[in-house]
Amino acid sequence: MEMVCIVCPNGCRLSVERTGDKVTVSGNKCKRGEAFAVNELTNPTRSVTTSVKTTVKGYPVISVKTDGEIPKGKIFELMNLCKQIIVTEPLPIGATVATDLFGTGVNLITTKTMEETNE
Amino acid sequence: MKFDTVVIGGGPAGLAAAICASKGGASVLLIEREARLGGILKQCIHDGFGVVRFGEKLSGPEYADRFIRELAQTNVQVSLFSFVTRTVKNQNTYNITYVCKDGVRHAECDRIVLATGCRERTRNGIFVHGDRCAGVYTAGAAQNLVNILGVMPGKRVVILGSGDIGLIMARRLTLEGAKVVGVYEAKPTPSGLTRNIHQCLNDFDIPLYLSKTVTRVFGETRLEKVEISDVDEKMRPIVGTEQLVDCDCLVLAVGLIPENELARDLGITLDPKTKGAVVDQNCQTLADGIYACGNALHVNDLVDYVSESGETAGNHCARPFKMRDLKPIQTVGKLLYVVPQRLDVNSDVSKVVMYFRASEELADQRLTVTAGGQKVFDRVYGKLLPPEMERIAVDFGKAANLDDIVVKLEGK
Repeated sequence: MEMVCIVCPNGCRLSVERTGDKVTVSGNKCKRGEAFAVNELTNPTRSVTTSVKTTVKGYPVISVKTDGEIPKGKIFELMNLCKQIIVTEPLPIGATVATDLFGTGVNLITTKTMEETNE
Repeated sequence: MKFDTVVIGGGPAGLAAAICASKGGASVLLIEREARLGGILKQCIHDGFGVVRFGEKLSGPEYADRFIRELAQTNVQVSLFSFVTRTVKNQNTYNITYVCKDGVRHAECDRIVLATGCRERTRNGIFVHGDRCAGVYTAGAAQNLVNILGVMPGKRVVILGSGDIGLIMARRLTLEGAKVVGVYEAKPTPSGLTRNIHQCLNDFDIPLYLSKTVTRVFGETRLEKVEISDVDEKMRPIVGTEQLVDCDCLVLAVGLIPENELARDLGITLDPKTKGAVVDQNCQTLADGIYACGNALHVNDLVDYVSESGETAGNHCARPFKMRDLKPIQTVGKLLYVVPQRLDVNSDVSKVVMYFRASEELADQRLTVTAGGQKVFDRVYGKLLPPEMERIAVDFGKAANLDDIVVKLEGK
């Protein structure tokens, strides 16, 4: 089958063949493409960037991301979880707002420093 | 106050320019109109930034944060909430008037870096007729609402434009609970990266309609529906193909234009192809002491190159003034544009970074750069697409004569 690698902006067009347990990948410029194709067939995963609400002045929401990939099927579950989170103090960039998502060991972290002095 | 350099705009280009000018020994004032530095990166919370520069996938705010931290280590003076209203040339310096929280302020400087970014084409720019109802947003405005203010622009959304910004907003609005009924593209091929078609649309079963555009909007106070028409090969709507689509929000992702009001005030020559200033390899415009970089110079697809041109401008600002000898860089073949448009043969010509775009989708092309009839650069491209900017580094030092510089694109 054909698929497009989404690991980097190159977007390599991959040809993937599956014979039994063996998966052969061609068209990839780097080995991350092969790992992506195998993953996509067995357990597709995605990193997610979104935002969560805060009560901090000047920041109605703060941007966050998963610090690794979570199963693709869990994306909307993660979005529901994000709706429950409210950040109540100014956090630096990289601060954890939710840990070990769905038992994957992946955390949700902030991607922006919230500065207190801004008006 | 007198500064060596005033940088206008605190996005990725301005940050890089200010950092480099300051590190080179110049006194620098950085003027930013918003509350925080980072420019549009602040609201681009998706990842994929910095792959070229840092070798990792960062979100927009994370990419900006690296430069903001670096800036904090320099002596650059930053003026936030500040808007430049006037720039005037004196005998040898420039006077800049800006409005800030303290009122109207003036700064005198030897050099100005224009890092004002670009703005979006609006509904008026693409002639969408109909009612003047609420619910029609540019993609950037919708992105600001969702990612900075935490407000949804609508519940049932039509997106016009399949560039990366349109695709990314389709995913973002879907994640936040909106129903994106479709992404419509007037061209016969999608404009965004293939990767984004997959991870933004296919992952969420959002349909993409090609060769169709929005021709009219309806709604008394709030948008109620849009009229979609097929377009012909010249992208003109075909009468009789109209269909109505219910929606309460139309997001326009229909292109970006360099913001050059200040350049125009200063009488700077613009390139009709890039809609930014004409510059030499140091990002200096045809006016001595005025530089343009980032998306104000030409619209880039990767922020990494925005930073690179900011650095080029900033580095040159820290060097002493020198008389320039500008030679035109001519283009031959199916090239949409080439930046820089001039070569200053009195400054370093050994590592000239050039950016270009093909004017149409082309296969098996050869790009050559010649000076005085002598070939100084040669590269073969399997595929060239207008949405994908190419970058090359050319050593003009190899040429015996720099009088006749030509960039040529031709079939292999």
